[in-house]
Amino acid sequence: MGWAIALHGGAGDIPVDLPTDKRAPREATLRRCLDLGVAALKAGHSPLDVVELVARELENCPYFNAGRGSVLTTNGTVEMEASIMDGTSKGCGCVSGLTTVVNPISLARVVMEKTPHIYLAFDGAEAFAREQGLETRDQSYFITEQNIERLKQAKEANRVQIDYTQPQPIKEQAIPRSEGDSQIGTVGCVAVDRNGNLASATSTGKMVGRIGDTPVIGAGTYANTICAVSATGKGESIIRNTIARDVAALMEYKGLSLKDAANQVIANAPKGTVGLVAVTDKGDVAMPFNTTGMFRACAVEDGHSEIAIW
Amino acid sequence: MAKWAIAIHGGAGVDPNLPEQRQEEAKRLLSRCLQIGVDALKARQSAVDVVELVVRELESDPMFNSGRGSALTAKGTVEMEASIMDGRQRRCGAVSGLTTVKNPVSLARLVMDRSPHSYLAFAGAEEFAREQGVETVDNSYFITEENIGMLKLAKEANTILFDYRIPLTGADTCSASVGSLVPDTSLQMNGLPISIYSPETVGCVVVDSTGNCAAATSTGGLMNKKSGRIGDSPLIGSGTYACDLCAISCTGEGEAIIRSTLARDVAAVMEYKGLNLQEAVDFVVKERLDEGQAGLIAVSRNGEVACKFNSNGMFRGCATEDGYMEVGIWE
Repeated sequence: MGWAIALHGGAGDIPVDLPTDKRAPREATLRRCLDLGVAALKAGHSPLDVVELVARELENCPYFNAGRGSVLTTNGTVEMEASIMDGTSKGCGCVSGLTTVVNPISLARVVMEKTPHIYLAFDGAEAFAREQGLETRDQSYFITEQNIERLKQAKEANRVQIDYTQPQPIKEQAIPRSEGDSQIGTVGCVAVDRNGNLASATSTGKMVGRIGDTPVIGAGTYANTICAVSATGKGESIIRNTIARDVAALMEYKGLSLKDAANQVIANAPKGTVGLVAVTDKGDVAMPFNTTGMFRACAVEDGHSEIAIW
Repeated sequence: MAKWAIAIHGGAGVDPNLPEQRQEEAKRLLSRCLQIGVDALKARQSAVDVVELVVRELESDPMFNSGRGSALTAKGTVEMEASIMDGRQRRCGAVSGLTTVKNPVSLARLVMDRSPHSYLAFAGAEEFAREQGVETVDNSYFITEENIGMLKLAKEANTILFDYRIPLTGADTCSASVGSLVPDTSLQMNGLPISIYSPETVGCVVVDSTGNCAAATSTGGLMNKKSGRIGDSPLIGSGTYACDLCAISCTGEGEAIIRSTLARDVAAVMEYKGLNLQEAVDFVVKERLDEGQAGLIAVSRNGEVACKFNSNGMFRGCATEDGYMEVGIWE
């Protein structure tokens, strides 16, 4: 029984002909984050520390939809949310409506560890971040050139913005207007240490005033003593299907293996709406998705590791 | 044709020394709201219509902690949240951070029915409310004298306080420590002696005559909470859940309910372990709450109803088509 880690940079309609100049930096980020997580696990850090560390790195990367690089709201602003869960204690921390906090996942952790609450949002969360001395930056920090361009394109096409980089205008059969959040939204990480302790973290950028699945425990994030799960995709689908909790529930109540549980949960959600990464206390890993692709990476102690998109 | 059933709650965790008069008032309110639901069910209204209707009634009455009569934030304002779920196709809607919307549960319903989203909060939710033309009032509408006094007590005690419904005479000269008001400190809820904790949240679950289930939960949250604090009530899977098998609404220590995804777990053990409603409810409350205290109400598509709590009491009422009707507070 060894450690294991899996992470994602979002599931969705990632075109298989994604040009190299868009693909390479994302793969490089996945590689870098994976290495970071693996090194931390090898050094004996707790899974909670590891998932936070990796999620921070993903948030800092402008290529994925979380922290810097978050999809812009129609006002051209950024609003972020995140959640973290410790499988051993089942402690959790969630935040929504952040506009200046550089690392939402870290604020979620502070909510978990330093308040009697689980979930803080909007002004209250922003105020708390300042009280706690977390790093905050002006909105412009989070906004990348690429996302300004995408927002312009989206407005011209009168569609909600999609976060995969396409140099050409958005295709007709692209995500219909009702997709509130980016299909390639969200980053996440799950990890288990050698002792079987589990943790999960998920973080994303969001449209204004909306809360998605990411900060909802049981939907986008879940961890207990059996497994840790982080989901990505269409928020509504993840919430009503309680995706993250269901993987664990199938294992716990129906005795399914991680692979079977994860596959069943994905299969039961409408096609094209969801992906997830999960690990168990025994070091099993699963990364199923029913979308075109999911930016993902995983590694286990016996040496196997993988970085993939489709 | 399926048999209908309905259950409602006004919160879990009740002071055993709650004055008789208060208990009677609460039971009268529960009976009234239960009857409203029963009449609607007899008139063949759908489950989701009935839960909304009943929760609106509970929100409008200042007795319980939702809508008018909501607990106050540390700033002395009201911030409300609610969620609703329709077991058919598991559609859902939730809202948080409402300050002017008269009936939060109805806004949650509109989120479910009229927006492509599942959950709106704070400014975004308020804006949606205006777009939809729902009834809005000044924040002061929701604030009661009693809760203003409660908040003062809470700040003096410098703890998070749930509604403390025992009359304030004597307590509003509170240089007396909160502890001296507490005859029995052995019973606690969320770290507070039970006599200064008072339940929060209202909810309703229904199975209608076509066998469809629905659930709704609404609250003002914790007394003296940080502005922006979100509890379990608007979180699908935690405070509220409904599917084709059953519907659940929870109340109690929000953090414990979230950690254990209490509402979803009732349905999950029915679905995945084949337990019946009562078995599922018993299992989840006994095995899943760890040290947390909470209660829940649930109905199944077979017309069964179940209520369970590990706290000291839960304001509740249940009725089924075969004529059973009861309200209660204690075990």
